[in-house]
Amino acid sequence: MFDSQTAATYNLETVGDQENDFILNLGPQHPGTHGVLRVVLHMDGEYILSADPVLGYGHRMQEKIAETLTYTQVLPYMARMDYLSALSYNQAWVCLVEKMCGYEVPRRAEYIRVLTTELNRISSHFLWFGAFLLDLGAFTPFLHAFEDREKILDLLETLTGSRLTYCFFRFGGVGADVDSVFLKGAQDFVDHMRSHLASYHDLVTGNVIFQERTRDVGVILPFDTWGYGLTGPVLRGSGEKYDVRLREPYSIYPELDFEIPVEQTGDCLARYLVRLQEIEESLNIIEQTIAGMPEGPIRSKVPKIIKPPEGEATMSVETPRGELMIYAVSDGSKIPYRVKYRVPSFANLSIFSKMAKGQLLADALAVLGSLDLVIPEVDR
Amino acid sequence: MNRSYAKDIATGLASLLTGMKVTMTTMLTKGHTVEWPREAAQVPLMFRGHIQLVANKDNGFAKCIACGACARACPSNCIEVKGAKPEGAKKKSPTFFMLDFTTCSLCGLCVESCPVVAITFSRDYALAGFELQPFAGMDLLKDVASPFVEERNDI
Repeated sequence: MFDSQTAATYNLETVGDQENDFILNLGPQHPGTHGVLRVVLHMDGEYILSADPVLGYGHRMQEKIAETLTYTQVLPYMARMDYLSALSYNQAWVCLVEKMCGYEVPRRAEYIRVLTTELNRISSHFLWFGAFLLDLGAFTPFLHAFEDREKILDLLETLTGSRLTYCFFRFGGVGADVDSVFLKGAQDFVDHMRSHLASYHDLVTGNVIFQERTRDVGVILPFDTWGYGLTGPVLRGSGEKYDVRLREPYSIYPELDFEIPVEQTGDCLARYLVRLQEIEESLNIIEQTIAGMPEGPIRSKVPKIIKPPEGEATMSVETPRGELMIYAVSDGSKIPYRVKYRVPSFANLSIFSKMAKGQLLADALAVLGSLDLVIPEVDR
Repeated sequence: MNRSYAKDIATGLASLLTGMKVTMTTMLTKGHTVEWPREAAQVPLMFRGHIQLVANKDNGFAKCIACGACARACPSNCIEVKGAKPEGAKKKSPTFFMLDFTTCSLCGLCVESCPVVAITFSRDYALAGFELQPFAGMDLLKDVASPFVEERNDI
């Protein structure tokens, strides 16, 4: 499908004509790249001959930093990698250390973790929704999405104390208990969103200009998804029903009743639809956790100085962008011997140069937006 | 004009009008912004501002026993504590408590690690300035009374 499209869009007569080719730098400071990502584009007029992402502008040696800090001190750094889904990263790290040390987590803490993580997932999808449509040239949806996102941030701020870079989960539990005000606020939000999501579809999904800009643009074939290691909505937009919450269930996800949305076409529109359906599924999960919130302690007893036994462990969680895997090696001391992050954005970016080839520049920006990249996560 | 072209225009116009309806209805609703500084936003109870020392209720001295647990817990080494025993006292008291707020990430590990609950988060959110020094060297002891008045005057 992709190659036939390429042939159709290329102006075959001028390809390789050195006179008309030129190099265009997209970024590192460009609003369309959502961060310090630089893409060197080899252009033929409006068409892209090749696109090479250049990484490293925001590299902070997160893996090396983790080798110099104790297990507890690494926790605040988690939120700095993917600042839009800090709680998923929190969860990956605490679950990993709990796995290594064999700590128990109280049921109530698990419920609070899932409730807050799913709220965080929705807020991340809202930001992506606004930014993606901003890339396509629509400004109003951005404001709509941010209005609803603000409700989540306010809600999470009352519980965690911060708005974006949460450091809320603790080994063996969570940092603070939810009260009836928070649960009511979350339930109100779910009720509000159930009715309000229709206006998103009215405003954007049904819009003819939006459909023309996204349909059959940036098609990812199912064959490529595994080759490039794609995960998350990018993978599910190409018809693969893969979600870590389903395949390698963690926390209380196996007990909850939710669907994994899948679209078959693999274009930008499919990825858009998958994310909007995921918002609805997250609302379902939130409602179930509020209804089933058990009483009890929120933290189990955990030693102050954490020294996991010698060995290694991996932990995968589903962030809004895809599968995050953390691998850690312990040598029995209080500092990790080695930490490796497998981040979803990095893998998802790798297919960009293939997708951008032969596209119009404006379509390439739509493709880049539909991948939902967080550059500090790519560079870390 | 061919027929599908006219149909495209009709569907396009319909989708445009549906979208405009959403925009217009939203236009009539109330705004969501808070016009700071003319009106203040509500600060939630759990708000994490920079850390501050908790004073003892009876004498106003800092509760801190200068054990240094917070400084060791900090992932970015932004707390520096020095302490000494005042004459006749059983526990140590801080003589120096400096926070480098420029590197603080507000994670709260210091607050959690404190064995005597002597550190809390302030609720001061209007933290902006033109100079580095007030943030790079935040003297947290200046808000609480100290038994080391003479030494403090030298700093």
